[in-house]
Amino acid sequence: MTTRGTQAADGPQAALPGTPAFPEAARRAVHDPVLRANLRHATHTIRGRRARAVAELADWDRLRAAGKAIKDHTLRHLDRYLVQLEESVTAAGGTVHWAVDAAEACRIVTRLVQATGEREVVKVKSMATQEISLNEALEEAGIAAYETDLAELIVQLGHDRPSHILVPAIHRNRGEIRDLFAREMGRWGRPAPDGLGDDPRELAEAARRHLREKFLRAGVAVSGANFMVAETGTLVVFESEGNGRMCLTLPETLISVVGIEKVVPTFRDLEVFLQTLPRSSTAERMNPYTTMWTGTAGGDGPSAFHLVLLDNGRTDTLADAVGRQALRCIRCSACLNVCPVYERAGGHAYGSVYPGPIGAVLSPQLRGTGSPVDASLPFASTLCGACEEVCPVAIDIPEILVHLRERIVQGGPATREGVRVRIRPARGHAAERAALRAARLLLDHPGALRAGERLLARARRLRPRRLPGPGRAWTDSRDLPEPPEQPFRDWWAQRERQDRTPRRQDQAGTP
Amino acid sequence: MRAALFVTCVNDALHPRTGVAAVRLLERLGVEVDFPAAQSCCGQPQYNTGHRREAEPLLRRTAEAFAGHRYVVTPSGSCTAMVRGHYPRIGRLARQEGRGGRLEAYAEDLAPRVYELSEFLVDVLGVTDVGAYYPHTVAYHPSCHGLRGLGLGERPRRLLAAVKGLELVELPGAEECCGFGGTFAVKNPDVSAAMGADKAAAAAAAGAGVLCGGDTSCLVHLDGILRRTGSPVRTVHLAEILASTEEEPLV
Repeated sequence: MTTRGTQAADGPQAALPGTPAFPEAARRAVHDPVLRANLRHATHTIRGRRARAVAELADWDRLRAAGKAIKDHTLRHLDRYLVQLEESVTAAGGTVHWAVDAAEACRIVTRLVQATGEREVVKVKSMATQEISLNEALEEAGIAAYETDLAELIVQLGHDRPSHILVPAIHRNRGEIRDLFAREMGRWGRPAPDGLGDDPRELAEAARRHLREKFLRAGVAVSGANFMVAETGTLVVFESEGNGRMCLTLPETLISVVGIEKVVPTFRDLEVFLQTLPRSSTAERMNPYTTMWTGTAGGDGPSAFHLVLLDNGRTDTLADAVGRQALRCIRCSACLNVCPVYERAGGHAYGSVYPGPIGAVLSPQLRGTGSPVDASLPFASTLCGACEEVCPVAIDIPEILVHLRERIVQGGPATREGVRVRIRPARGHAAERAALRAARLLLDHPGALRAGERLLARARRLRPRRLPGPGRAWTDSRDLPEPPEQPFRDWWAQRERQDRTPRRQDQAGTP
Repeated sequence: MRAALFVTCVNDALHPRTGVAAVRLLERLGVEVDFPAAQSCCGQPQYNTGHRREAEPLLRRTAEAFAGHRYVVTPSGSCTAMVRGHYPRIGRLARQEGRGGRLEAYAEDLAPRVYELSEFLVDVLGVTDVGAYYPHTVAYHPSCHGLRGLGLGERPRRLLAAVKGLELVELPGAEECCGFGGTFAVKNPDVSAAMGADKAAAAAAAGAGVLCGGDTSCLVHLDGILRRTGSPVRTVHLAEILASTEEEPLV
């Protein structure tokens, strides 16, 4: 139970219970050679392609600045643009629903599906519906939700979790996918053909045939959106496979669940993101399918359109002057592909639908820092800065990481469920705090520091190969440095003394 | 010209050879070097771990130690990035939170006077050939703070390329982090060691006998991995290579 005002508060959508903290989850991934190889191959391939696609645009820096400015402006006036969006969608024949948290969003969608009398829905890949665990909620209500994105299908058939924003099955290789298709497809619909091989073309064809049956039968589709245009009420999905186009045009009823930060003011603003999003995510100049829908149009496309606007911690995030820049994110996943920590740890280690650097700053803001995994995420980075460098909306991820670390170890103000609370310093950092305080006392007293350094120099012969306690984290895989015979400041002082006394031939020894 | 050496706590306590090399190099280039003994640590470990308030007294100490020095030179990209990039933020936040007194003024005053070694050599002294001699095959690891935090660019590699006898080899994935990351190395030891192992392997694959860098902390981490795995590759700080001459070669 959360006591407002004093507790380290949980967010509206806490991490799954029992999810291990990042270092523990990452340890398993690091020691899984197949996973390491899959991740390394995939991230390095797309990293190189992205760099080439971005280098083609002479005005990349200006596009990046424009994207940042559009998003910042929209976030500053989010209340106004969301109301304008609701009016535009309603005028175009759609219905807008507001969901404060995951539970409310799931209730709304379940009710809407039940009203149609359908027992199954097709889905275009959507981070927002993953964030609220919509598939599980629908399943509880006896409604089957079929993912139609190829990678999402692989994840769903494997009873697995996505591990990447753009390539949810990045952790799987072709052989694993072949086995999965052969084993699982028949249980959910059209089975994989006999003798299925692991050629990508063959795998894609099997998925296409399996999915085609679902598209043609579905009465209801559930989608997310990459952007929503306030002035026209238009929603936009960028995708590569055409499954999205099928979901968005074939069924009678379309339900879109979208985070409130996805709105942009005008249709013209899309110009910027149509250039930056595909190049940053798939390294394509333009994604193969861009589908836009504005309410309903008689006889063409869905006859009923519902937009569920999802908050789920976003207005709390917006209240944070440093952290709010994470809401600029357009989910391109460039930061994942370039992150050396993601490359070794894999997406599952982040315990969130948003993995990688952006997940490390977004999840603890949307969910709060109360759970072990959320408290560990801001530390899942070396602050190397590669993520900020590639971000097409210039989110200073390292700055937010340090800001959240401060909140966790020092405590401080935060907004949870619309209420200003004071987060208490997290437990488990007490020993570190004491150690750093002791270090500071030493470092702030050069006399004591010098004595400490000399002690280290004298004890250099005692240097163990492995340290006990927390020091083991270093010595398990690395040798300790050899302490010098003399610290620098003693060398300097000795040299100074010799300079002042009449010059003798014997020089000061080198440490 | 006079310059103060900010040797950094890691160099002082663990790797004094870096500081000695910086002094010899700067003096050889005609710089009169001061070492204000009141200096200690820039506060980076505290700040990066989230203990920002613990870094405040160290900011004050560093600023006071180097007050009055036009040039402060440090053989560390990450400590330079800390002073230049983060001190102003620490000062500003201290003021906003009603603490700090003169912290913000201290930060603003010190930040533009601190130079990373290769910056000082190339930008202030205007030299790329420092008259060094070092007959080894060297790969250069640019380290994240130097590369992205300070934008050192080609400066260190230009300095190395001018060293007599030195063969500079390309380090594959040079721009990638080595995995040290301050307390990351102990908070996430498995990922840290995996990153370091990849970097060490890249240096060996490049045919380097020496892996050079401008940040002792990264080098201590990489050296620990290289020695644990029995690799013949050694780590050497940029300052040591640049200080090495035919008369007084680095051994």
